[in-house]
Amino acid sequence: MSAPTRKFSTAGSPQLPPTTSVTEVMLEVLLALVPGIGAYVFFFGPAILVQMALAIAAALIFEVIALRLRGRDIGRFVLDFSAVLTAVLYVLCLPPLMPWWGAIVGMFFAIIVAKHLYGGLGHNVFNPAMVAYVVMIIAFPRQATDWTPPTALAHPALSFSAQWIRIFTGNLPVGLQWDAVSQATALDTIKTLSGKLYTLEEIRRNPVFSGLSAYGWYWIAAAYLLGGVWLAGRRIIPWQIPAAMLGSTLLITTPFNWMDPSIHPSPLFHIFSGGMMLGAFFIATDPVTGASTPRGRVVFAFGVAVLTLVIRRWGGYPDGVAFAVLLMNLSVPLIDRFTVPRVYGHRDPP
Amino acid sequence: MLAIVLITGLALLMGLGLGLAAERLRSSGDPVADAIEKLLPQTQCAQCGYPGCRPYAQAIAAGDADINQCPPGGTAAIRALADLLGREPKSLNPANGAASGPRLARIDESACIGCTLCIQACPVDAILGAGKRMHTVIAGECTGCELCLPPCPVDCIELIPATSEAWAYPVPGR
Amino acid sequence: MIIQRARGRFPGGVVMPHRKRLSTHGKIESLPLPAQLILPLSQHLGAPAKSLVEPGQQVCKGELIAMPQGQISAAIHAPTSGVIHNIEPRPVPQPSGQNAMSIVLDADGHDRWRPRNPDPHPLEQPASRMVERLRRAGVAGLGGAVFPTHAKLARSVETLIINGAECEPYIACDEMLILERAAEIIWGAMLLRHTLGARRCIIAVEDHRAETRKALHQALLDSGLDECIDLRLVPSRYPEGGERQLIQVLTGWEVPAQGLPQDIGLLCLNVGTAAAAWRAIRYDEPLFSRVVTVTGPGIRRPGNFQVLLGTPIKELVAACGGYTPQATRLVMGGPMMGLALPHDDHPVVKACNCVLVLSRSDVETMFPEMPCIRCMACVDCCPAGLLPQQLFWHIQADKLQRARMLAVEDCIECGCCAQVCPSHIPLVDYYRYAKSALAQRDEAGRRADAARHRFEQRSARVNRAEQARTARLQRRDALLSTPSSGDRKAEIAAAVARVRAQRKPVTDEKQ
Repeated sequence: MSAPTRKFSTAGSPQLPPTTSVTEVMLEVLLALVPGIGAYVFFFGPAILVQMALAIAAALIFEVIALRLRGRDIGRFVLDFSAVLTAVLYVLCLPPLMPWWGAIVGMFFAIIVAKHLYGGLGHNVFNPAMVAYVVMIIAFPRQATDWTPPTALAHPALSFSAQWIRIFTGNLPVGLQWDAVSQATALDTIKTLSGKLYTLEEIRRNPVFSGLSAYGWYWIAAAYLLGGVWLAGRRIIPWQIPAAMLGSTLLITTPFNWMDPSIHPSPLFHIFSGGMMLGAFFIATDPVTGASTPRGRVVFAFGVAVLTLVIRRWGGYPDGVAFAVLLMNLSVPLIDRFTVPRVYGHRDPP
Repeated sequence: MLAIVLITGLALLMGLGLGLAAERLRSSGDPVADAIEKLLPQTQCAQCGYPGCRPYAQAIAAGDADINQCPPGGTAAIRALADLLGREPKSLNPANGAASGPRLARIDESACIGCTLCIQACPVDAILGAGKRMHTVIAGECTGCELCLPPCPVDCIELIPATSEAWAYPVPGR
Repeated sequence: MIIQRARGRFPGGVVMPHRKRLSTHGKIESLPLPAQLILPLSQHLGAPAKSLVEPGQQVCKGELIAMPQGQISAAIHAPTSGVIHNIEPRPVPQPSGQNAMSIVLDADGHDRWRPRNPDPHPLEQPASRMVERLRRAGVAGLGGAVFPTHAKLARSVETLIINGAECEPYIACDEMLILERAAEIIWGAMLLRHTLGARRCIIAVEDHRAETRKALHQALLDSGLDECIDLRLVPSRYPEGGERQLIQVLTGWEVPAQGLPQDIGLLCLNVGTAAAAWRAIRYDEPLFSRVVTVTGPGIRRPGNFQVLLGTPIKELVAACGGYTPQATRLVMGGPMMGLALPHDDHPVVKACNCVLVLSRSDVETMFPEMPCIRCMACVDCCPAGLLPQQLFWHIQADKLQRARMLAVEDCIECGCCAQVCPSHIPLVDYYRYAKSALAQRDEAGRRADAARHRFEQRSARVNRAEQARTARLQRRDALLSTPSSGDRKAEIAAAVARVRAQRKPVTDEKQ
């Protein structure tokens, strides 16, 4: 007497579920940004959190609108948190007291234009956060570069309610002028004063400088480093990209600095100032827009570092990470074509 | 002023160079038509309006014919041609017939009168037979071009679907 | 004998939990005799075997019931005594899900052997006899590829590698074989080495369980063969047991693309194959049973069993206490490369090393399939050095020639890429589709080339006939247009005489 036959559903192998998911990856990257955001709030006050809330809300709304217009499944794509990550990275590049519409305009360009017009998740050519940043920098240069000093250095310091009012209405407390409240960043100071032929030693006497780079900023960069190293250890991002980017920076700036320290800042200054650390661990490692071969991503990171340093030294902007990333995004197909690895059993790469 | 002169001179020089290269470095044969012909299914059925696959390939290479005229090639051939020539793939021209799966001709031996008209019509000599002898289609060589159907005076040839032998993995679908 | 840790490594790979302890607590058990056995004629790579029996025929245990057809084919033997029920299409485990011709045997319960001729000194036999006897015994690769072993022994090699690196989770049949029958494996290795004329013999095992190493070490010492065979430990990293990866780890060499290990003087055989070869030659026991691991969260009492080929899987599962309520998917083989079966009425075949029943939480995930985010996790883990991500994009866009240029045909379908993909894309399904579609298009291309060749030949022939006809007509016109002369009258008279001469014999016959 034979046993009854039982039916089963089938699927292709492997029969085990994958070890991770897009949502988990995005959430871990956001988690790795927490130390950096914490340091930022510590030094510059909670205004950045207001911007973040604005940007995240705008990003999610635009994402839902875009998905509905494209007829795509909304739950799947909104819950992958990629829009949230874009919003957070965008906000971290811009001044904390940027007007409220800065986040909205930026997220429009990031989500609708840079991401969904190119095909949505996985299909975009350019890094959405960097596209948004560059749009702001070029179209609204004043609002996008109006930085304020760290709270410890601010005389007078703005209270949180004053910051809130500034963000949403553009008004300052009675009697205060924006010039009194704002302060250029370290890189901006260097660019302006170098243009007036001051040497670096003279520039560094400016109170915005301190420690490795600028007051507060090098701590924030160190916090990004901490988060980034954790991400690399967990294999969420490949360690090759930040290593190549930071390593190339060290390699290139060291001889220049050695030759003429009055014009060229030290390697550590370059790494701990501006967007270099954030870029190395969180922006150049964006999987969708980066290279897709093992050697290619090293070339990509090297290219970002070189272009950033060139823009910093000879370009019109104080920091060049965003432009460098976008230019390297353009070169990714070319890089991919020439760095195809050799396959097992073959003598030459295809 | 100097810039205009220089640029014009450069343009003239390059134009001359290109013209010389087109003459002196012209390749023998027609490599474009050869490459196109390799992508066509070789049924020699003339459904595209040209008397065979080679004339059609030459017409595409010369720019006289569009890439969507071949029903036996179907969408696969159109895509391959589009890829080769750097054009957009388009849908098959319905005026030439519908794309059908692979088919074979089959002679009904009880009706065949041995007239050899189909043998003369077959472009790949896939029909075996002689005058007043039984005709039969060699299934392995038949391309399903349908050219043997019209000449048969007793209409004893039909087209049957050709079963492919090997099972293949399906396209992973959404 | 040298026990050494292998120093090479292969790129990529995934560290997976072993999950073998689920079934290895006991010993290899045997099962009660099933009532009916189904033996597909094609249980191996190559041409199906040709049946030698008729329905109603009485057969004994171990009797040859189907012979190999051609060089790459394997014999099939009756796993028990009984009566042949029929030879008919039956469901067999294969990706197409189609039925295949099988010999159906009704067991009579007596399990009566055919006469056997054990060979007490097999190592003294010449190699050619050994190959013939292995062929008649139907020995095929029991690691999963089921390549007929005798065909693999046709070329001599420098080094024989016995593959005991069972790298897929859950599967433990090779491990149990090593723990309980290490002597058979070792003697089988010696036998195969003698047949091949190999200078060196290496047995490779994974390093995660000390007992397997000790079992082999002890067996080597006990048999006195410790000078002849090297024992190598390889790291437990999936797919360590893949032939190409194992060779890379043990020797640092790579098997040439589209080539065989024999091309670089190596041959790889599974431990189960070695043991089966030994039993076939030493005891004249052909291959009609194998060790199968029945395991997974969907099986009540997992274990390892010596199973007769042709046993229906549902009877195997019943002998393990049946399914648990969580049983959701039935897999023949391991979770990474195994074949999911639509029902359990399939027979155990030579390739069936494991019957794995997975639960819902194993096969379903709450995360949906997303577009590829180009994260390169797949590139980093591919043991063949491919770019799975690029292959996926090209196959999706139906650019199969581009996928071929990126070496999709070198994919070993190990599943590492799909395992690490955060977007949950079934990558291996794409590569399988691409390989079979490329094969189909190649075949269509060959047919098209043949058709074009025939067309060109025919066109040339028709042209020649046309030209010959035109030439003949021109000659005739030329002749007709010249005025008659005396020579012409003589020609005409000769032509008339010729015709009369031809006609004459007919009229003679009529009379």
